[in-house]
Amino acid sequence: MATAPAASSHEPLPGTVQNPYSALPNWFYPANVVFWLGLFVVYAAVVVLVERTGRYGPYLSPFFSPEINLRVGGFLIPPAIWVAWAPLAFRLTCYYYRKAYFRSFLWHPRSCAVNEPKRATYRGETRFWIFNNLHRYAFYAIFIQTLFLWYDVIAGLLQHQQLGAVLGFGNLLMLVNVLALSGYTYGCHAFRHLAGGGVDCFSCSRVRFALWRGVTVLNVRHDRWAWVSMFTVWGTDVYIRLLVHGVIPHAAWN
Amino acid sequence: MAVSTPSRNVVLMSVFRGDADGGELVNYRVPIREGMVVLDAVLWVQANMAPDLAVRWNCKAAKCGSCSAEINGFPRLMCKSPVAEYGEEFTVRPMRTFPIIRDLVTDVSWNYEVNKKIPPFTPSAEDAADPEPWRMQQEDVDRITEFRKCIECFLCQDVCHVLRNHDRKDAFFGPRFMIRTASLEMHPKDALDRRPLMKGEGGVGMCNITKCCTEVCPEHIHITDNAIIPLKERVADLYFDPLRAIGRRLRGKK
Ligand code: SF4
Ligand code: SF4
Ligand code: FES
Ligand code: FES
Repeated sequence: MATAPAASSHEPLPGTVQNPYSALPNWFYPANVVFWLGLFVVYAAVVVLVERTGRYGPYLSPFFSPEINLRVGGFLIPPAIWVAWAPLAFRLTCYYYRKAYFRSFLWHPRSCAVNEPKRATYRGETRFWIFNNLHRYAFYAIFIQTLFLWYDVIAGLLQHQQLGAVLGFGNLLMLVNVLALSGYTYGCHAFRHLAGGGVDCFSCSRVRFALWRGVTVLNVRHDRWAWVSMFTVWGTDVYIRLLVHGVIPHAAWN
Repeated sequence: MAVSTPSRNVVLMSVFRGDADGGELVNYRVPIREGMVVLDAVLWVQANMAPDLAVRWNCKAAKCGSCSAEINGFPRLMCKSPVAEYGEEFTVRPMRTFPIIRDLVTDVSWNYEVNKKIPPFTPSAEDAADPEPWRMQQEDVDRITEFRKCIECFLCQDVCHVLRNHDRKDAFFGPRFMIRTASLEMHPKDALDRRPLMKGEGGVGMCNITKCCTEVCPEHIHITDNAIIPLKERVADLYFDPLRAIGRRLRGKK
């Protein structure tokens, strides 16, 4: 039984719903998500499928870490392919991004208390979207990938003679990026559950309680971390890519 | 009713008047006082202009959860909504997700029926037989206290699109009862497992984490982050995680 409620006269007219907790019009959030997330996905797809390297001296783009150059019959398989599936799966199944795309792309609902367009039956995450229940596995993959990114940052800082300078602008970008990504990754809801959320008695397992509290600190702002880290990944790759293609000069300090 | 230009000290409040057979918005010009809330305005109309206006309220202190309505189409407690926030004109309608009785009063009894389906607190036989009073640690209490702040205003049930737009009261208990289930599931002394109920009739999978319940909750309970997502993770442990299933096999549990 899934009948839509009959239109009743006490239903607000479309376009008249005013959220008292937000000064912004209710199309603002979904429009922004569609624009920025859409643009990022297009950019990422081009980088992953077309670009051949993410390395410039000691810098490595997060799209290409770890570096895997595999050739099949003399043809180089786009190296970012080996990397990109993990963040794609992680962000696709992330509890925050689920809110973002269910609201913005699918309009389920576009904004709170705003009518949804009448479409096929809504089944939540019980049918097609049921794979979202496997988010934890994407977390395991990203947990490992984050370690590679930390390695890249440290290796990049240590190999400064390659730069001919003590510190490059790229080093800073990579550091900020890995910090943002760590804040996002370690605030994950699946990790929070794993860390201690799954136990009923906090006082019986002190270590897990402490861990849960730590994850919670990051988790309360998980949406912000999600956006900030998306933009730091984007920015880091753009900078390194411009260097690789010789578009901008290298900035470094001694 | 004649509509004249509202002066600085008067607001134009349109209130839904009618019942299940239909009705309309009726305009009332209400003199405003400092600190006035929407419930005051409604009660002023009831006292001075329309003695038959049906409205449910008790505490006028945002604690009894009776005065839920939709102000400018958005679910909110009337007694917690300052008139000053709404400018010179606003509308007041009954909650849309529940059957209307008359004017601003709806029939919320479905919620009480749902509540009966959740098995109440059940300690283990050993704990139940313990003659000593139980001792609980603060950290275990704190986690559950958040859920016990619920005043059963049912604003979250009203705004939830699964119930509001898709009318899936047959498939989802709604956010208020995710809170209640979480408070029992996370209780260190409770021995029941309500995950099968959540996967089945409770329908935690119907929620797509779009967080409107959290946006409207007058008690600022983190309904999605602290109750629904942890329940989804617990359900995933039991039903969707292949590694855990193998682990349970090996340990001889079913
Ligand atoms: S987060 Fe889930 S329960 Fe809350 S309003 Fe959205 S769909 Fe409903
Ligand atoms: S959880 Fe919040 S919004 Fe829902 S019934 Fe309780 S107090 Fe009201
Ligand atoms: S919930 Fe967002 S990364 Fe896991
Ligand atoms: S009258 Fe009690 S909550 Fe508003």
